[in-house]
Parts: sequence; C-alpha cells; structure tokens
Amino acid sequence: MKGKPLVSIISAGLSKFGKHEGLYARELFADAVKEALDRCPRLDPKNDIEAMFVGHMGEAYEHQGHMGAAAADWAGLLNIPATRTEAACASSGAALRSGIYAVLSGLADVVLVGGVEKMTHRTTAEVTEYLAMASDYPFEQWHGITFPGLYALMAKAHMHRYGTTEAQLATVAVKNHYHGTLNPKAQMQKEITVETVLASRVVASPLKLYDCSLITDGASCAILTKPELAARFTDQPVHIIGSGQASDTIGLYERQSLTSLLAAKLAAKTAYDMAQITPEDIDVAEVHDCFTSAEIIAYEDLGFCPKGTGGKLVESGETRLGGRLPVNTSGGLKAKGHPVGATGTAQAYEIYLQLTGQADRRQVKDAKTGLTHNVGGSGATAAVHIYRSDQQ
Amino acid sequence: MSQPPFTIEQFYKYLTEGKLMAGRCHNCGKIHLPPRPLCDNCFHQEFEWTEISGKGKLATFTVIHIAPQQFQAMAPYAVGIVELENGLKLPGMILGVAPEQLKIGMDLTIDFGTCSTAQAWPQWPRYCFKPV
Ligand SMILES: CC(C)(COP(=O)(O)OP(=O)(O)OC[C@H]1O[C@@H](n2cnc3c(N)ncnc32)[C@H](O)[C@@H]1OP(=O)(O)O)[C@@H](O)C(=O)NCCC(=O)NCCS
Ligand SMILES: [Zn+2]
Repeated sequence: MKGKPLVSIISAGLSKFGKHEGLYARELFADAVKEALDRCPRLDPKNDIEAMFVGHMGEAYEHQGHMGAAAADWAGLLNIPATRTEAACASSGAALRSGIYAVLSGLADVVLVGGVEKMTHRTTAEVTEYLAMASDYPFEQWHGITFPGLYALMAKAHMHRYGTTEAQLATVAVKNHYHGTLNPKAQMQKEITVETVLASRVVASPLKLYDCSLITDGASCAILTKPELAARFTDQPVHIIGSGQASDTIGLYERQSLTSLLAAKLAAKTAYDMAQITPEDIDVAEVHDCFTSAEIIAYEDLGFCPKGTGGKLVESGETRLGGRLPVNTSGGLKAKGHPVGATGTAQAYEIYLQLTGQADRRQVKDAKTGLTHNVGGSGATAAVHIYRSDQQ
Repeated sequence: MSQPPFTIEQFYKYLTEGKLMAGRCHNCGKIHLPPRPLCDNCFHQEFEWTEISGKGKLATFTVIHIAPQQFQAMAPYAVGIVELENGLKLPGMILGVAPEQLKIGMDLTIDFGTCSTAQAWPQWPRYCFKPV
C-alpha cells in the first residue's frame, strides 16, 4: 500500500451549480452541507464537527465578508471555530488544505471544509472587475488586464512556443461540455462541437466565449476526519494520501515561464511524493479548466504528458470519459460551472463520488486513485490533492 | 545619501518624470521591477534606484473584448507583456498597433503616458507600449 492516509473524507455535498435567483451565498452553502449530512447518518453534526473552513473569494458580490461565521451560522454549526480561507479561485482548495492541517494538528477530529460563491446576480462587467481583484492591481488591473486576459496571455505564449492550436483548445470545451451532460448538477447541459467554439465571439484573443468557464452560483463541502476514526462514520471513506499547496508571484509578468504554472508543478510534486505515486497511477482527475488552455497546461504541469504536448493529449481522446485518464468528468469549470470560492471542494466532491462508485452515468470504471488541481488567480496559488479509496 | 523609498508609489512618480526606474539590491545586485522593500533573493533591505531601458520585445499579447466597467469604452484593446532589454518583464497596454499587426517578438518601447483619473487613489500614470 502506497502513501499513508493523511485524513479521510467521510462525506461530501454539492449544491446544484447554475443561476440561483433570490438565494444568498450562505443559503446555498447550507444546501451543500445538508447533502453531506444526509449522506452520513452516523455523524452527529452538533457534537462531532469541531471546526470549519470556508473558501469564499469576494465580498463585493453580496456586500458580505466574514463568510466563515456566516456560513457556519446558516449551516446550523454555530459556535465552532469557523474561518474563511481566501486564495481567489483556489479558496476552497486552501480550505481543504487548512482542514488537513487542523486534523493533523490534533486540535480537531472532524472538520468540515467547503466553499461558496454567489455571482450571477451581478452584470458580466461587475463580475469581470471583481474577479480581476485577485490579480495584481498596480500593474495588471490598473492597465485593464482581466482574468480571461491573463489566461489569454499564457494561451498565446503556449500556442506560439508549442504550436498548440485553437482547435485543440476547443476540444477541451467539447469534452467538458459532453461530461457536463452526464452530471445533473452541471450548469451547462448541452453538447457542443469544435465549430461552435471556434465560431463563438472573442473574449480575450485567442480565448472565445466557449473557451471560458462560467459565471456560477454554487457551494460545495467535504467532511474530514482522522483515518483511524473514519470507520465510525462510514463504510466507504476516501483517503487523502497527498496534499500540496504552493504560491508564486502575484503578477503573471514576474514569472520565468508564461507557459506553465510553477505553483501547480510544486504542489503536484509535493502531493505525488507524499502519496508515493506517479502521474501514471491516477485513474481520474479534476483540473482547473477556468479556460480551455488552462486544462492543457494543467496536463503538462501534472505530468500527464510531456511539456508542450497537452494539446495532443486532449485530441487523442485519452482524457475523455472512456479514455485512459478521464479529466473533468464533472464537466469541469467549463460546463459544471465555476462559483470561484466553491470550486476546490467541488472538485474533491467529484473525486469522492468517483472513488465511491457513486458517479452514475459518468462513473470511471474501477477508479481507485484520483487527483484534484485547483488554481487561484493566474497561478499565484495552487493546491493539488491525491485521493485513494479502499474499495477493491 | 538618502534615496526615495522603494515603493510602487515612487516607481510611478518616476514614471511621471519620464523615467523607468527599478530597485537594485546593494547586497546581491538583483534588480527588482517593480521595487520591493525586501530582496526576495537575499532578504537584504538596502537598495539603489537604477534607470532601465524602456525598450523591449513583445513576449505575449491578447486583445481584450470583454472589459471591466472602467475600460469598456476602450474595448477592444491590446495588452501584452514586454521583455525589456535587461530581461525583466512589464505588462501594459499596447497602443498604436492594429491588432492584426501584433506579433510576438516585435520591438516596442515604453510611452510614459499621463495620469487622467478622477479618483483620489491611486494617481498613477497609465504608461503603455508603442512601436519603436
Ligand atoms: C465569457 C463571459 C465573459 C460571457 O459573459 P457574457 O458575455 O455576459 O455572456 P452572457 O452571460 O450574456 O450569456 C450569453 C449566452 O452565452 C452563454 N454563455 C455565457 N458564458 C458562457 C461560457 N463561458 N461558455 C459557454 N456559453 C456561455 C449563456 O448561457 C448565454 O446563452 P443563452 O443566450 O443561450 O442564454 C463570462 O462567462 C465570463 O467572464 N467567464 C469567465 C469567468 C472567469 O473569468 N472566471 C474566473 C476564472 S479564473
Ligand atoms: Zn539581494
């Protein structure tokens, strides 16, 4: 047996992703918590859950900060220590990591980690502005650079250097939209073709509408405990056997490479080393496809293929359901949606379903080892986690 | 000899004077663009201002169509990251080039721009890059 379990996931929950008119973020969060509690009847939430970490990116959306306490309040988990973690789109990847710190420190035996964002009640211009706040203000935002813009700068550099094509980027969107149709909780429920993507309007060249992730309302959570306590709560725990988190310069322009994310590479190396496995051992992965080009770069950073060949990997079909290493079976940020603060633990939720055989029409056969890759900003934060189930 | 502080504010002040200035670490010589208060190479805290060339080559670019509110009137507009002659990089808008003429590797030079903002903070000039 490789890699000692750090913590075990005993349950997880996810709200439907999409537009939730009239709902407030903390209400959505309670929805995700409710599913996690329903899935785990042996857990007594009031007595067992001892701490909570909630990823939430922006107080601008709802004029609401202090989401740790607000989310605990509405989830019925009053009075436990509840802390918001913020690392842009990796806010709940950081919550997961914080939960692991908490359990391993011995200060808490059972911890709820999760994330939430409510975005769709704002105009696209407002959302564009709020998202950009996670990039460097004096040199990026000040000069009109948006989030899609930052990823477009990397996409352009990757295409120039490695010959990656717009059709290869489009293939990521086609795959993830297909996966989304198999996930009832995904925001997008329609298949598309490469032509749909190529013909869609430009957001930040070379990225077009269908290369972009969605503006989404949603919440997610997972409940962690010490591996030796897991059996008390569930017969189907999923163990986290590797955890890596790293940071990098806040400004994209200060990085040595514009075609890979050093933070993601470092987080992946830490996680793989801890788990004592290699990329070949991964059966299913959720990666941060905030833009189609980001999924291609993620393949390379995670060692799923050699540098520069991510475009070819998606074209080969190996990362599609039924392929050697299905990636983003949930539909990913592209089709499931990207409520930024909720994304990290939503990825963990999908891997939890996959490794416990509960992924229905999108189930990867015999999936035993999974990986999540959650990126904040243009790569100033990355969190990579590796999961394993005991099931034979 | 006392130097102006190694701040982003001071960096932009120099820009209004038509100078692209960076901070050089007294201990290890690393040049920081923008300047910082703590050398990320050796943790030294003493620097000197050094003027650097605003000429460079376009490392990557994009044309932004969906813009934040403040920039909507300008969209679509081009932004890029320019690799300066000393190897350091700086992002900014690219003006004076038609989008279809933009090319990775093309020569650009900084234009120090002006500050025309109604807001109280920040009062920074918006430099940009233009063809040589
Ligand atoms: C791409 C984007 C700018 C589109 O916003 P928009 O131009 O305001 O589009 P609208 O919301 O008006 O939607 C128009 C149509 O396009 C669809 N649409 C919107 N975004 C889409 C996307 N990313 N992919 C596919 N279709 C999309 C909508 O469903 C709608 O379809 P309908 O007319 O059939 O209902 C916006 O989704 C966006 O900013 N995405 C990126 C979010 C981001 O940067 N996240 C952080 C990443 S780290
Ligand atoms: Zn130094």
